Amino acid sequence: MNAFRQRRIFLKGTLAGSAVAVAVGAGLLSPRQVLAAWPKEAFEAKDIAASLKGVYNADMTTPSNDIEIKAPDIAENGAVVPVTVNANIKGIESISLFVEQNGTPLTAVFNLAPNALGTVSTRVKMGKTSNVVAVVKAGGTLYAGRKEVKVTIGGCGG
Amino acid sequence: MADSIKIRATLKGDVCTVKALIKHPMETGQRKDKKTGQVIPAHFIQEVVCTHNGKNVLTSAWGAAISANPYLSIEFSGAKKGDKVALAWVDNKGEKDSATEEIR
Repeated sequence: MNAFRQRRIFLKGTLAGSAVAVAVGAGLLSPRQVLAAWPKEAFEAKDIAASLKGVYNADMTTPSNDIEIKAPDIAENGAVVPVTVNANIKGIESISLFVEQNGTPLTAVFNLAPNALGTVSTRVKMGKTSNVVAVVKAGGTLYAGRKEVKVTIGGCGG
Repeated sequence: MADSIKIRATLKGDVCTVKALIKHPMETGQRKDKKTGQVIPAHFIQEVVCTHNGKNVLTSAWGAAISANPYLSIEFSGAKKGDKVALAWVDNKGEKDSATEEIR
């Protein structure tokens, strides 16, 4: 119940913090240069709130119906769960993907150039049944969409 | 890690869809070797960059929770036939690879 309440608060809040993003988004970078900016703390954070802080220096997101997450309702193999994020929002700067119940929820951060469309597909590992959360940054605001995926066999352990 | 990337770029109108498959174990560092009981060290891609005619379309940071042999698909506008799309990655051990493909 408590966890549920926290999630509500997380969803309801608006972005109050600054728009300081990680330097990864700063234009022409080769992978080598970007590597220095890999947000280690965000990827090692144990919950979404902490990893949001690491990626966007913000802890609140606004729920949005314009973010569509395509993922299976039931994933038999948690090691390979296809996820497509389709965000119908103008001026998208970044899309990040979280698996709420994974030990470290942050899965990936995609920083998009202005001519990139708000669609990203990839495949993720899921330890157990969880919400997949997509956070979209557009115009300095963070929007969040979510979808529950039931996992029959976890894909994180050995 | 040569030839780890399969990339395809297709055009519809002026929107280019880039689809890529990367061969990589994406070890989380949490799995144990079943025979020895030793933890398999983490080995995963951390950075992926996609460029269109040398201009960045995507810079991304990945964690170990991306599946093994990662799949990635993105779309961008302002492309035309014959343009060059390139994809490059670097993992946590400093290994890297890149591939270039013409849009068709």
